[in-house]
Amino acid sequence: MQSFMRRTSDIRMAMVCLLPAIIIFTIFTFYPLFRAIYLSFFLTNLKGQASLFVGWENYSYLFSSPVFWNSMKVTSLFVLYTVPVSMAIGIFLALLANEQLAGRGIFRVLFSTTKVISGGISAIIWLFLFNPSVGFINNIINKLGIENIPWLTSSEWALISVAISTIWMNIGFAFIIYLGGLQGVDTSLYESASIDGCGYLKRLTNITIPLISPTTFFLSTVMLINAFQSFAQVDLMTSGGPNDSTNLLGYEIYREAFVNYQFGSASAMSLVLFVILLLVAFLQFKISESKVHYQ
Amino acid sequence: MRMSLKEKSVFYVLLIVSAILIIFPIFYTLSISLMSQEEIMSNKIFPSKLNFQNYIDVFSIVPLLTFVKNSLIVSGLITVAKLLTSAMAAYAFSFLKFKGRSIIFMIFISTMLIPGEVLIVPNFLTVQQLDWINDIKGLTIPFFASTFGIFLLRQHFLTVPTDLKDAAQIEGVGHWGFLIKIVVPYCRSGLIALSLFEFISSWNMYLWPLLVTNSDRVRTVQIGIKALQTQEVLNNWGIIMAGVVIIMLPSIIIIIFGQKYFQQGLTQGAVK
Repeated sequence: MQSFMRRTSDIRMAMVCLLPAIIIFTIFTFYPLFRAIYLSFFLTNLKGQASLFVGWENYSYLFSSPVFWNSMKVTSLFVLYTVPVSMAIGIFLALLANEQLAGRGIFRVLFSTTKVISGGISAIIWLFLFNPSVGFINNIINKLGIENIPWLTSSEWALISVAISTIWMNIGFAFIIYLGGLQGVDTSLYESASIDGCGYLKRLTNITIPLISPTTFFLSTVMLINAFQSFAQVDLMTSGGPNDSTNLLGYEIYREAFVNYQFGSASAMSLVLFVILLLVAFLQFKISESKVHYQ
Repeated sequence: MRMSLKEKSVFYVLLIVSAILIIFPIFYTLSISLMSQEEIMSNKIFPSKLNFQNYIDVFSIVPLLTFVKNSLIVSGLITVAKLLTSAMAAYAFSFLKFKGRSIIFMIFISTMLIPGEVLIVPNFLTVQQLDWINDIKGLTIPFFASTFGIFLLRQHFLTVPTDLKDAAQIEGVGHWGFLIKIVVPYCRSGLIALSLFEFISSWNMYLWPLLVTNSDRVRTVQIGIKALQTQEVLNNWGIIMAGVVIIMLPSIIIIIFGQKYFQQGLTQGAVK
């Protein structure tokens, strides 16, 4: 009897506890997901109301649109530029700050700092560093006898410049996650390895890196998703230009919806992005199943 | 492991060089914000004297005080609401037994897979229909629940020893009493980590406030950055950077004093 009473009180409490989250998720996550799918089959009016059913036309329009394919190409390049470099720097810093050294707490704070810097702030700071007349980077380059690099004004360099500001921002996050991963590594493994006479680098490649492969897997997935969604840097540094050379998919979706007011095709594009991300996450999961080493 | 002096020095050199490279953009921003126009033009790295004029001017060029006030309100509300909804949901998922618990939990977790781009168009239309444009409701309510928060707090709540739960039961403490008097104090580091993280995330929001506001009266700091950027054409970099320093100050303070919580929160919410 008592356990029955507990059961019913548990159910009542659970309903009360879950209700607020369920309401918010229903209105602002589940409903919009279905509305996006619905909208992707329609042309919309300026108010965003579905006005004409067009079936798969928004999708076929996308796949024949050079702007969309350009965004796909730019986004893939951006992922290639930012994800591996951010992760390599992150693990390097985490290895340094994980050693038993006095004052490492200070370095941990310094290396984490860029995690809290917003895309907007990073964009402005790098806009200044890349500035053709007063910017620090071209000044240094000039002193070395090299001519100014048109960081943000040429289509060859703009994506690299946006990538640099993004990598800088990502370092803090990659560092924090890798440091957490390293702290979870069983140190007794190192001790037996150092008795066996393993050098630092050998220990790193044979023990540490395989052991933190779940962290690497997690980080690469999250960073890839973030790369597809980078927005503020693009909006403030280049507005997608020059010649759409920095028009990342996330930015193109925004333009299609809120500049061109094509909510139908913007929704179609966002769902294509969703499917791509699901596929990539699934692929990474499959690869990790065979490669990742769980302790 | 013991390190030789040589090894130690190698590590310290690498640590210091890395720290300088990473912090340089922030330091330089601070430095520029304290320079006069002429000094900036002459490519100096350090200001010759501390000049706070830019910090006075920036408030007259953009309504920065309003932006900061709005951001404090928006981020504060979102943080408190997320903390409440996450703690309650996490309580249900960690301490209560009910039918469908694991299914509901899976559904919640699966929302993490949906990219923001998919939701932003329909949510914008919803907010427009609700007449929440230029309204604090539109800026905050869509963010009142967080899968990450529920997940993170559940990880913490599961570490509460069952003895405490049993003791509470015997003492006749109800669910709310147990949650508030025992679970919350026991898991305070997780709650602090979540609040710091969510506060900074909301402080740094860019796209959403850009879409749902078009009046300076309700705009937030990150949109203030866009307003400051227009000063770029005038080459008023000292003023821009003074604004940047003010806007990133809360985040920097939080990371200096809360790095440990931040790290703990992110790794526990992420890796496991």
